Amino acid sequence: MSRNDVLVSVDWAQEHLGQPGLVFVEVDEDTSAYDGGHLEGAVKLDWKKDLQDPLRRDFVDRAAFEALLSSRGIGNDDTVVLYGGNNNWFAAYAYWYFKLYGHESVKLMDGGRKKWELDGRPLSKDPVERPATQYVAKDPDLSIRAFRDEVVASIGSKNLIDVRSPDEFSGKILAPAHLPQEMAQKGGHVPTAMNIPWSKAANEDGTFKSDEELAKLYDEQGFDESKATIAYCRIGERSSHTWFVLRELLGKSDVKNYDGSWVEYGSLVGVPIEK
Amino acid sequence: MCGAPKQGGGLAGIDLSTQTVIQGSVWHDGAPVAGAYVRLLDATDEFTAEVVTSPEGEFRFFAAPGEWKLRSLAPVGRGERVLTAEVGLNETTVAIA
Repeated sequence: MSRNDVLVSVDWAQEHLGQPGLVFVEVDEDTSAYDGGHLEGAVKLDWKKDLQDPLRRDFVDRAAFEALLSSRGIGNDDTVVLYGGNNNWFAAYAYWYFKLYGHESVKLMDGGRKKWELDGRPLSKDPVERPATQYVAKDPDLSIRAFRDEVVASIGSKNLIDVRSPDEFSGKILAPAHLPQEMAQKGGHVPTAMNIPWSKAANEDGTFKSDEELAKLYDEQGFDESKATIAYCRIGERSSHTWFVLRELLGKSDVKNYDGSWVEYGSLVGVPIEK
Repeated sequence: MCGAPKQGGGLAGIDLSTQTVIQGSVWHDGAPVAGAYVRLLDATDEFTAEVVTSPEGEFRFFAAPGEWKLRSLAPVGRGERVLTAEVGLNETTVAIA
């Protein structure tokens, strides 16, 4: 696995819009961004409505994922290029999610919507219709998803990486600062977790830093190559960004994303918390 | 959720006796800049949050009392402003030169 297998540049994306066998997918939480203009021919996924179970706090199950991709006209053999707002947080989450359900060929557009917009590249408001497919997903690959018991058991033994901002790590604020600070759970972090904010892995235009810069970053922060790794944030999307960096760009083995993240951990009764 | 809510609009429903709201607009050449990226950096210059300005050029953050820096990135250029926020409403403007 190398950078070219998992990332495409905005130049490459613009040159390959409309190419058969390639499906561009915009992933946002608020799809009004897509509705106001998207890459020509791109379909949309709503992070919450499409990718979260409507009742339980969990993913949609395999059958629902198959129905979703079939309805969007995504086939098993298509190469999916994901992009989105928020420095690709949600696109990285979708990347991880596509991998979890076994999609073969999936890539991120480096810099996402932000880089595209800052470059002044064209956006389209034309509705996109793709013929439905019969998508077949695999059973979820749980080797890349961590659950709470594993996180508690990993304290002091695995690389636990808290990718939130330092103020969230310290418990000064409970959510990213563009959201009201009124969550009920405790502030702080999992004991022994390193605070390596996701933002340190990205340039200001939303693109990923170079492999050399990334390797140096985790090395300097005390990443232990001999240990398995679990990344978490607040709800699992920023940690998908870091999961992508560690596993897909840097090729580390045994890296999991804990999508329950602080919203779950910080609400558990009886688990240790550090501030 | 972590997705940026729509920027601008009223403060109804926001408790200004507990929340530290930093809000304002981005200006360039005498006009508000829509679609600018505004990030909030903490006292150590670390990224805390980022939003895209509304059609009226507005942004809003929910922070905590203390020192903050706003940095705006747009196709027309970039601007910065440092501010000290307190509990309640903190209004400011970021100018892109």
